[in-house]
Amino acid sequence: MTRTLRGKAAVAGVGQTTYYKHGQSPDAESKLALEAIVNACVDAGVSPKEIDGFASFSNDRNDGPRLAAALDCKELRYSNMFWGGGGGGTAGAIENAAAAIACGIADCVVVYRSLAQGQFGRFGRGAQVRHVSGDAAHTVPYGLMSAAQMFAMKAMRFMHDYGIRQEALRAIALASYTHAQSNPQAIMHGRPLTEEQYDASRWIVEPFRLFDCCQENDGAAAMVLVPAERAKDFAHRPCYVLGTASGGPNRSAAPVHNAPLYGSSHFTTVAKHLYRMAELTPNDVDVLQSYENFTGGVLMAMVEHGFCAAEEVNDFFVLDNLLAPDGRLPLNTSGGNLAECYMHGLGLTIEAVRQVRGTSCNQIDGAEVSMMIAGPMVTPVSSVIFGAESTL
Amino acid sequence: MSSHYLAPGLPMPAPARDRLDAPFWEGLRDERLLLQRCRACTRFQWGPEWICHRCASFDVEFAAVEPRGRIYSFERVWHPVHPALKDQGPYLVVLVELPHADNVRLVGNLLGDATQPVEIGAAVTGVFEHHRDAEPPFTLLQWQISD
Repeated sequence: MTRTLRGKAAVAGVGQTTYYKHGQSPDAESKLALEAIVNACVDAGVSPKEIDGFASFSNDRNDGPRLAAALDCKELRYSNMFWGGGGGGTAGAIENAAAAIACGIADCVVVYRSLAQGQFGRFGRGAQVRHVSGDAAHTVPYGLMSAAQMFAMKAMRFMHDYGIRQEALRAIALASYTHAQSNPQAIMHGRPLTEEQYDASRWIVEPFRLFDCCQENDGAAAMVLVPAERAKDFAHRPCYVLGTASGGPNRSAAPVHNAPLYGSSHFTTVAKHLYRMAELTPNDVDVLQSYENFTGGVLMAMVEHGFCAAEEVNDFFVLDNLLAPDGRLPLNTSGGNLAECYMHGLGLTIEAVRQVRGTSCNQIDGAEVSMMIAGPMVTPVSSVIFGAESTL
Repeated sequence: MSSHYLAPGLPMPAPARDRLDAPFWEGLRDERLLLQRCRACTRFQWGPEWICHRCASFDVEFAAVEPRGRIYSFERVWHPVHPALKDQGPYLVVLVELPHADNVRLVGNLLGDATQPVEIGAAVTGVFEHHRDAEPPFTLLQWQISD
């Protein structure tokens, strides 16, 4: 018997809070988490009391059991955290939720992420401590201490190996900003980006300019998953989980930048497992949400998911190819991490669901297969493919 | 402090509490590059582990390696993320591969003009940057383009 999650679980509801610039949420992080979960339940038409499982990632500070108490959940059957930092676990948390549902461990699992940086501090700032030890001692004293600095080194090597031009990164940034202009919820709504503005923007760390780097935001997002056989009991067009995969290739978490495959987003093995489970190929994907921590990661992740060869990047990554509704592969159709909101990728995942439902602000006509790629360049990374009923 | 590549005030390296990398830091202070090598399979690995990732032997030691290599990747940092670097201006971080030590890689700074063109694959030589007045004293391993 084939072991698979294909078609075993479905997304019944999605929810989010208002998105804020970092540090500007009037609400505490725990309140944001509760709001997003309640909104997802309202969207699905289920009572929060019916939630019996919690799955999150990136060491979210709001643990499931405590949320279950606040929400008066009738019982708690599944309480799960996906290892790893950043957004590498966005799809991994969905994988864990779907696995729990498929195995009969739980019946109504919420995936969630909440961030309030005014309360807890920013990611992009170097640690202000007197001493560092362990793996960090071998990088931080040399001024390599932020996520942008960790990942620029990988993108630089990849771009060197394949002769990739800065314009490829620019196309990714412009796609997000273009799509955000029709999304009133996007932080960058009303703030379009031109090629000239991109080219004139300051370097953060070469090869990343300002607009190659994601925002940091306050807010929360959540998604309720249920067994596939219940998918039609809810208000929206069913959205099934067709495939998930997470992890990374051999020793991708080797310390001090010693991963054997270095110029990589760490999806080489993950993507194979993803397509095998979904029983699909890259050509079947109608629309893609690919997590932009930094544009260089998007580029490598899309190559490693087979959307184009590394040698073809300069030709493939042009704005027209990436735009809704008619581009070859519409990318980050609600504005993504760069221009909608940085909710550790859960905002991108919700947009992937909206495309299957037919409710995106940049809807792809007849979208049936919708993919989300999470957290390139960290380990573990993860990705997920959603599908409409016609894909089962 | 002009002999130091970066402005003072960044977090200082301290040996891991479990002492896993202590010989490395002690070696640098004596101007010796000591990296981890497995006695069983004689191969180098970096960063240090309690076990050889290739042969699963726990018999790992630190062995002297000549501090030279080639640039595997690099980045020019412009945006300071730490207050100590507020007035630093751009600086270069390099990832250096050591072909004579099983291609292990080390992170350091590339000495010289921070706006210089950098070539992946260029040969570099290690330079020991002592911070003798620090508490406790430590030494960083920096790199310069080989003659």
